[in-house]
Amino acid sequence: MRSSLGRYALWIGLAILFAALPHIFTSGTSLTKMSLMGIMIIFALSYNMLLGQTGMLSFGHAVYYGLAGFMVVHFINRASGGAWPVWLPFVPLIGGLTGLTFGIIFGWVSTTRAGTAFAMISLGLGELVAACSLILRGFFGGEEGITTNRTRLLRLFGYNFGPQVQVYYLIAAWCLICIAAMYAITRTPLGRMSNAVRENPERAQFVGYSTQMVRFLSFCLSGFFAGIAGALAAINFEIMNFLSVSAVQSGTVLLMTYIGGVGHFFGPILGAVLITWLQSSLSDLTGAWMLYFGLLFIFVIMFSPGGIAGWIMLHEPLARAGLLMRLLPAYLLIAVPVLIALAGIVGLIEFGHHYLVKGATDGTVVRVLGVALDTAGPWPWLISVGLLAAGLILGRRLWPVVTDAWNGASAELKRRISA
Amino acid sequence: MLELVIFSSLNGVLYGMLLFMLASGLTLIFSMMGVLNFAHASFYMLGAYFGFEISRRIGFWPGFVVAPLLVGAVGALVERYGLRQVHRHGHVAELLFTFGLAFVIEELVQMFWGKLPVDYRVPASLDFTAFTLFQTTYPAYRMFMLLVAVGMFVFLLAILTRTRVGLIIQAALTHPNTVAMLGHDVPRIFMMVFGVGSALAGLAGVIAGPALVTQPSMAALLGPILFVVVVVGGLGSLPGAFVASLLIGLIQTFAVAINLSLSDIFGSGGAAIFGDLWQATVAQLAPVIPYLLLVLILIFRPTGLMGTRET
Amino acid sequence: MHRFWKRSILGMAAAGIMAWGAAAQDTIKIAYIDPLSGGGASIGEHGLKHFNYIADMVNAKGGVLGRKLEILPYDNKTNPQESLLQAQKAIDAGARILTQGNGSSVAAALSDFVAKHNERNPGKEVIYLNYAAVDPVLTNDKCNFWHFRWDANSDIKMEALTNFMKDRPAIKKIYLINQDYSFGQAVRSQAVTMLKAKRPDIQIVGDELHPLLRITDFAPYVAKIKASGADSVITGNWGQDMALLLKAAADAGLQVDWYTYYAGGAGGPTAIKQTGLSHRVFAIVEGHANVPHEAAQKTEAEFRARTGLGVWYPRVFNQMAMLVAAIEKAKSADPVKIGKALEGMEHATFTGGKGFMRADDHQFFQDMYIASFGPLEGGAKFDEEKTGWGWKTVGKIDTANTILPTTCKMQRPS
Repeated sequence: MRSSLGRYALWIGLAILFAALPHIFTSGTSLTKMSLMGIMIIFALSYNMLLGQTGMLSFGHAVYYGLAGFMVVHFINRASGGAWPVWLPFVPLIGGLTGLTFGIIFGWVSTTRAGTAFAMISLGLGELVAACSLILRGFFGGEEGITTNRTRLLRLFGYNFGPQVQVYYLIAAWCLICIAAMYAITRTPLGRMSNAVRENPERAQFVGYSTQMVRFLSFCLSGFFAGIAGALAAINFEIMNFLSVSAVQSGTVLLMTYIGGVGHFFGPILGAVLITWLQSSLSDLTGAWMLYFGLLFIFVIMFSPGGIAGWIMLHEPLARAGLLMRLLPAYLLIAVPVLIALAGIVGLIEFGHHYLVKGATDGTVVRVLGVALDTAGPWPWLISVGLLAAGLILGRRLWPVVTDAWNGASAELKRRISA
Repeated sequence: MLELVIFSSLNGVLYGMLLFMLASGLTLIFSMMGVLNFAHASFYMLGAYFGFEISRRIGFWPGFVVAPLLVGAVGALVERYGLRQVHRHGHVAELLFTFGLAFVIEELVQMFWGKLPVDYRVPASLDFTAFTLFQTTYPAYRMFMLLVAVGMFVFLLAILTRTRVGLIIQAALTHPNTVAMLGHDVPRIFMMVFGVGSALAGLAGVIAGPALVTQPSMAALLGPILFVVVVVGGLGSLPGAFVASLLIGLIQTFAVAINLSLSDIFGSGGAAIFGDLWQATVAQLAPVIPYLLLVLILIFRPTGLMGTRET
Repeated sequence: MHRFWKRSILGMAAAGIMAWGAAAQDTIKIAYIDPLSGGGASIGEHGLKHFNYIADMVNAKGGVLGRKLEILPYDNKTNPQESLLQAQKAIDAGARILTQGNGSSVAAALSDFVAKHNERNPGKEVIYLNYAAVDPVLTNDKCNFWHFRWDANSDIKMEALTNFMKDRPAIKKIYLINQDYSFGQAVRSQAVTMLKAKRPDIQIVGDELHPLLRITDFAPYVAKIKASGADSVITGNWGQDMALLLKAAADAGLQVDWYTYYAGGAGGPTAIKQTGLSHRVFAIVEGHANVPHEAAQKTEAEFRARTGLGVWYPRVFNQMAMLVAAIEKAKSADPVKIGKALEGMEHATFTGGKGFMRADDHQFFQDMYIASFGPLEGGAKFDEEKTGWGWKTVGKIDTANTILPTTCKMQRPS
């Protein structure tokens, strides 16, 4: 009884959080950003139904997102001015059905294969649709895309969804529904079988399931939710263009999902929020933001393949036993060399970026914390390399402290469990 | 018309051979390590940029020799300190690692050399007309590219069939586990194959750089086509990669020359149903054809044209 | 009791808003929304330098109405959806004047966004000044009151180009090669209709659309051009599609004249120099570095000394000068008033011609030049991209010969 209450508490808490956010972050920019985060959460979760849950690596997931978005734009344009009796809040379903339809069509041909072949087919299909998007101007609107006006549909309770805050709540509601639905799917037999197909397709087959059928069903459902995300994007931006079906969009969702963590249900949510925020904020600070992005991705793959979620969940048993505080001193200690090394890396990239990209026209001098440094001279480089080396050496020295703390806490945990 | 056919064939074969220089390395790496290297085209780009940097300081010929070696060294380092680390997380992680690497290399190239095409020139010693046919000239440099590509093909064939290393590699292609059991240092062979594959891509970059344009998007342009080649040819099959390279090269070149559309063949009746697709000419659709071929091959002949194993 | 609290809170809020308003009044903020990272960064950064340079000039003279101009850069990554997010950020930061240029897709999205924003937020209108996106639709079917364009749209450029070709009897066979997207198609269809009307004797021997930014080797296309026997080629290609096309042409020894829109774009001059096609590549522009106009030459020299690159966008100078004039005329930086002041405004352009902002569609009309690229001669001072080659005027089309009708029907704010 208590645990089920706890489970509901999580969902209710999430709903309250979604409802409260616009009152905390009130500016138009944050509203737009949070709307985008909601869309990306659905999109990333739908992607993880493939990659995380069924073990299918897709390089063309934007196809379902984009096509659904285009279909919704056309739908709203047709239904405008009361031509059809539809209310905007139900329009995302059209997107979902579009995603599902294309999921069925393309899933039929691509899910016959698994592994690398599936990845290649998804890449081929993605490139195919992307190339067609510039040729088929009637549907995709060519380079400038197709615009729409979300306020032209029938009003529901007097809301016309013109103001961004109304759209935010629409997206938040759909986001909550989709998160719940996708979570529920992981609990169904299909969800369990998907995991089995990911872990060991042969055994799954021996149990009597068609692995191809499981992949196909996952693929279709994933297309459905990607379609809803695409529809919400169309409503939010009121424009769709060829970039929405492009390889860039497919790559972004892959990045988000993987950095967030494919092994846990909530991983992609973290990834979507973090990457969306970084995309719009980091670019204000540095011209080399894409490089940081790529490096972060490689770092996660090499050292934390479970993503952020994986790293967090590593601490879950300790947190439950109330042992997390024992790690805190060690973590604070190791944070010092990590930050020093990070400062070195940022220095190298930023000085490099300034010297190579802007040096020729804006001069090589750059001001850091009020000090003028000439990137053509050796000092900025020596300082950066020095910081990086100091961070690495110090980090290596201090690392045993972390492992000791970790081992101590784990041992304590084991002792308590056996006691 | 004859003129068009001759020059299109020449250009098609040349483009095909260029593709093969990349596809051969990619195939070797895939069949030995099971990694489809997304960053392979990025090594091609690095080759072009290294070649450019050396040629503007010292000259084209030193660059022609040194740049591929440098790229090979970079490749070997990537294998040793990157891929090997990721290997224990599985194939998906390896694939994603190379995906991220391609991203980072493109960003770094943009940072070092800028977004604009760089002025990488054909060396003066090769800057003349090889022959003139129907008043169309064919540059000597293109003949040189063809020669290098063919030379590399022969060299590769010789290594694989005539040397001990080649035999081990061939064995590893089909029975990787057995080879490891025989006591060969498989990680070292991996590193070497990765390095050599990257060096080949680098060589392709060095010679393609002056003929095509050296710019940061050259990897992204060629990368997807490269996958089409290795999959259509059959993953892990060198002869398959060779045939597919030429096939794609010729298809791409000849499709451009055809101005027919479906409405020309079947009349304009289908336009109502298929819309713009009905009106599009083959030339317009040329870039789509390889991907269509890829999808069809994977559906109907999963092993590729000459592959032996299913992917 | 309650009333007291209500009043004091309202009073404080009002004071806060006024204080904030006063702070925002300090400068006139112009949001520059263009790519500042990734692929298009070098072009976006250079555009930004134009705006910063002009803002500094204006501010050095005391600003406008006693207020300084401030340029706020926003990185849109050449992505329409991202641009809307950045536009929202700019508006939140207090900018009511937006400017953008790279990419018609972004321009269409921004124009649409601004129209909707103004409709939904009366009293907080923003205005959008377009300095480079040339899709004709923006000043025709999709026009609105808030969008003003200073670059000649692609139809106007073709009108000017064909008016120039009209008087060149040497042109007999023309080949059209364009990128397969809205802009390339606009160039192609306008070329066909305008040539037919002005020079019915010219034969169009080829009409090619190739995929956008996906061709690595143009040799097959060049073989087709060669086989057609064309003496001139018209192309709207830009970026790598321009560079690669010229390179393949030079390799095959193709001897034709190239009439282009964007041969002068970033990387274009380098590519032409590489091919050695001296004075065979022409570009249709509203001005170039070697137009013999004293003030323009002086500014060009100063600009080069400061930024290391030439003036790519003479129209940005026109745009900013007219913006300043409009604010002074309206005695206000309110977008509605600026818009009304700009309508129909006449302006002596950067290179000394006479231009005007047509009120019907908010398209600026100006003298256009046909320039060819080759070794510097005849006292020309400025080369491009350190190639030693520069632009030379070979033809000039007066403003009157560039005017085209519009289908625009816009609603004006009362």
